[in-house]
Amino acid sequence: MTLALSQTLVRPGFTLDVTAELPAQGITGLFGRSGSGKTTLLRCIAGLESGVRGQVTLNGTIWQDPQHFVPAHRRAIGYVFQESSLFTHLDVRGNLEYGLKRVAPQQRRLGFDEAVALLDLSPLLRQRAPQLSGGERQRVAIARALLTSPQLLLMDEPLSSLDQRSKAEILPHLKRLRDSAAIPIIYVSHVLGELMRLADQLLLLEVGRVRAAGPLQQLLARSDLPLGAMQDGGSVFDAVVQEHDPIYHLTYVLISGGRLAVEHQSASVGERVRVRIDARDVSLALTRPERTSIINILAARVLQLSDEADPAQVLVRLEVGSEPLLARITRRSAAELALAPGMALFAQVKAVALMESSAAG
Amino acid sequence: MAGADLTAIWISLRLACTTTLLLLLLCLPLAWWLATGASRWRVVIDALVSLPLVLPPTVLGFYLLLLLSPRSGLGAALRGLGLPAPAFTFTGLVIGSLLYSLPFAVQPLRDAFQGVGVRALEVAATLRASPWNRFLTVAMPLSARGLLTAAVLCFAHTLGEFGVVLMIGGNIPGRTETASIALFNHAEALDYGAAYRLSLILLAVCFALLLLVYGTNRRLRATGVLV
Repeated sequence: MTLALSQTLVRPGFTLDVTAELPAQGITGLFGRSGSGKTTLLRCIAGLESGVRGQVTLNGTIWQDPQHFVPAHRRAIGYVFQESSLFTHLDVRGNLEYGLKRVAPQQRRLGFDEAVALLDLSPLLRQRAPQLSGGERQRVAIARALLTSPQLLLMDEPLSSLDQRSKAEILPHLKRLRDSAAIPIIYVSHVLGELMRLADQLLLLEVGRVRAAGPLQQLLARSDLPLGAMQDGGSVFDAVVQEHDPIYHLTYVLISGGRLAVEHQSASVGERVRVRIDARDVSLALTRPERTSIINILAARVLQLSDEADPAQVLVRLEVGSEPLLARITRRSAAELALAPGMALFAQVKAVALMESSAAG
Repeated sequence: MAGADLTAIWISLRLACTTTLLLLLLCLPLAWWLATGASRWRVVIDALVSLPLVLPPTVLGFYLLLLLSPRSGLGAALRGLGLPAPAFTFTGLVIGSLLYSLPFAVQPLRDAFQGVGVRALEVAATLRASPWNRFLTVAMPLSARGLLTAAVLCFAHTLGEFGVVLMIGGNIPGRTETASIALFNHAEALDYGAAYRLSLILLAVCFALLLLVYGTNRRLRATGVLV
């Protein structure tokens, strides 16, 4: 399951030159500043850009190579546009069926009723698009794209035109889509927080070129990329809810390197959740701290130390279980503890944020 | 009302219907090309298409007469093929009307197609619609207002033309005398009673048509804008 890309597009004042091989599973975040070519690359994958050279192959199916160019309407993609995209001459049902009826019945993997249930659209079916709220429209657009039973879903900042409430309304649907693992998604965003919530891997674009690509956790922990600085050095972990503690109002979640306590959550036991730990909330101790108010203490190993813009600080890359964790401590502490790669120690985590409950920031 | 007037009205209606139908068929591709094409020639064609708006109708009629009369140009060539020259015939009227009403069909259609926008067609493409299918199921429905406006303007404008049909048709009663020419003939002959009746009918028809356009436009909610 791979999307292999090699695309070159020359425009006045801008050149897109991207070669990448992306796992076609889960959510791949396409991240970069505005103008870095994210949307253009997405349009290239969809076959919407003309004059682009190179190749696109999804799971062995050639969509473009020097001899062939499969036009957009023959590629098995779903596309959710950044802004309004519903047809005004059709009601919601008509919009949903537009793509559905153009797919042969034997190729359909998602039925009309399923899509309606997945995106919670049954009360809206007979309404006309102009009557819907922004969030409702985007839900219809997502369902409409899914109903073409695509092998790849392309989403171009689907939340950017929405207010906080509508974002909060859509996010759970996107997570459900991801967790059902039914379809790989390429998700464009310039908001790192959104991708930290959703993405499994990232492709980082800078002025039309790939700066880095790989699993989200790994990229966030890399000190040579601007990602850490951008969101204050956060690490994310995919965790599973283990149990609730009603007395102390806590919820315990499991990660590969241990157990974390978070404030009580409504998530049910066994559910997959994503947690975030900020580098500044992690402190280090050489022995397991006892008699401390900090609940979350994880055994860790130092991987790397790197300088920060602030000369008083260093960023320590740790490994907890098999996952990276960043800690920002003072240079003095690092010297006093004589931190060096390979050292085993303990990370005290002051705050763990569950990323499921609130809207994207 | 005199039989001659009824015949004149009949000729006018037939001419308006034929012209409208042919112009719409002709102008759909032309307007689409003007709205979406990238050719350098677009500006030139746009200006050419609009020419009948500013050209005195008699000028257009005169050139057509030169071109289509049995003695010259195309008319002679057609006669060489054993076909009648179009000047002073119903066919001649249709050719003149096609040119004269061309901008009234092209401009509303071109504007409507431009209003549909590239995005709506891209959306349809990602929903598996082929280019031709996109035109039929997205561009056309979203341009319904423009199509209606084009049709009615063509019809009404053809009904009201005078200079062109006079030049190319030659004012032959029963064959090329349209209602507007018959009206002129009545007025010139000081037969004001007949002139009143005929102008009232033309006024009523034109008003009814415009009423139809504005009434329908209110109900056609869909325009070429996505939400």
